Amino acid sequence: MIRWLRWLLLLLIVRPIARFMTGADVTGREHLPLKGPAIVAANHNSHMDTLLLLSIFPSRAVMRVRPAAAADYFLKDPVIGWFSRNMIGIVPVARDRVASGEDVLAPAREALAAGDIIVVFPEGTRGDATDEMARLKSGVARLAEAFPDAPVTPVWIQGAGRVLPKGEVIPVPMNCAVLVGEPLHWHGRRTEFMDGLRDALLRLKEQAPPLRWS
Amino acid sequence: MWTGLDFVRRSILRSLDRNAALGNLRSTARLNGGDGVLDIITRFLSTQPPALLWGLAGVGGVLALGAVIAGLLTVTRPGKDFTELRQRIFSWVIMIGLLAAALLAGWQATVLLFMVVSFIALREFLSLAPTRREDRLIILAAYLSIPVNYAFVALDIYGIYLVLIPVYAFLITPWLMAVIGQTRGYLSSVAMFHWGLMTCIYNIGYVAFLMRTSDADLPAGAAGLVFFLLVATEFNDVAQYVWGKLLGRHKIIPRVSPNKTWEGFIGGWITTAALIWFAGPLFTPLEGPGLAIVAAVLPVAGFAGDVTMSAIKRDIGVKDTSHLIPGHGGILDRIDSLTFTAPIYFHLLAFFALETF
Repeated sequence: MIRWLRWLLLLLIVRPIARFMTGADVTGREHLPLKGPAIVAANHNSHMDTLLLLSIFPSRAVMRVRPAAAADYFLKDPVIGWFSRNMIGIVPVARDRVASGEDVLAPAREALAAGDIIVVFPEGTRGDATDEMARLKSGVARLAEAFPDAPVTPVWIQGAGRVLPKGEVIPVPMNCAVLVGEPLHWHGRRTEFMDGLRDALLRLKEQAPPLRWS
Repeated sequence: MWTGLDFVRRSILRSLDRNAALGNLRSTARLNGGDGVLDIITRFLSTQPPALLWGLAGVGGVLALGAVIAGLLTVTRPGKDFTELRQRIFSWVIMIGLLAAALLAGWQATVLLFMVVSFIALREFLSLAPTRREDRLIILAAYLSIPVNYAFVALDIYGIYLVLIPVYAFLITPWLMAVIGQTRGYLSSVAMFHWGLMTCIYNIGYVAFLMRTSDADLPAGAAGLVFFLLVATEFNDVAQYVWGKLLGRHKIIPRVSPNKTWEGFIGGWITTAALIWFAGPLFTPLEGPGLAIVAAVLPVAGFAGDVTMSAIKRDIGVKDTSHLIPGHGGILDRIDSLTFTAPIYFHLLAFFALETF
């Protein structure tokens, strides 16, 4: 029941809002995974990123798409927490408990094992709208290592930080280019994998139209 | 004029009688107390100006021909990739379908359609142009001026429409920016917003305003005026392209549009002027000198709009303004000529032929 409610919400509300706000100018749509286990790794500048990524999957795959999101941010408030979990379908990552040695990626691995498509933002937090890419955290490599058959699809989202920058409340419609790259695969070395992902994202960024934002 | 439509209606009825299944469908619908779908369609079409219907049918025919040629090319020349040609034609089908539906549905639908066109165009423009974080509020205000602008189209208040964007949005935009207190790059930012508001909202709004002309004295209704503007503008784009491909030798403005040639420009000019001269009286009340001036000026305006948008794209460093329309690029790539032809066509019509304005 809740699953179908989520499906309707994503298709009838999230998708039109995301299109209205961002234009969802997607290139390379054919590279998007349609079934799990699969990982989508994108840069992160805005909450709009999550809505935009949820809106570009075809309706038959969108039920499987689960954005990984900070538990410390989204699960603080019970109402937002319920909505994040059940409607947006987040997989919580307890960023604040990394130091305690807890396995914060366990929920993400469970979701992958269940055949979901996990959306991760390896920068770990939102950057600013100038679209500089921050250092990538290696959690995505550990997920790829645990599921070596899962393709890791790099996605560069340009300009979402203009639509809704960190710290702003009112979204303003601006076109966002979404560039989906060819999937990467796990080859056994973490640093190599992370370098490959970083290069793939930067190559996609080069293909995006120039961003004149200051 | 009405005999043409009677012919359409008679042939639809004839084909109905020949087709037993459809005939049964019609009588079943009658038994249920309603009319058959085809009756409803026929009656709806009989309220439309026949020239408009013939015009739309003609455009549909040209498209169908294009689709057949693209299909034949794909089959006969398997070595070459015609994906883009197919995408282009398919996108034309969608665009013309939307437009035809809006024109047949009436002025409300057409105003709504062009309001959406204005929004998508402005969003494309503001996303490519240099903007600053402090401008977000101004960007929002620019979007809000779209419903206000089109409200005056819907209310049919021409006097206010004329000055709303060119005078009042013109003044309010820099004032708002000053209030926010951002003076870095102030003048160029103001100019950027003015350009976007004028081309994407005000000039495109003229297309919608044509729909508010009263149908009396018009050979193909208000929708016929809009239809003819769009056909002439797009025909000019295509004719310039085709003549350029066929005969193009001498570059006309290589620093802005390296593919444009004198041959394409003049060929397109003459062909479009001929189209306007011969088909204009079927769709517009223009005649004599008015018609001659529109025929001479509109193709040049289309060319000017195209080149101006090319200069902007070159400055920004993009080839297409987005990937919204497969095979065409963004909406601004499609309506660049229209941002120039719409106001000129409107003003020439108003001066020579329309009592209302």
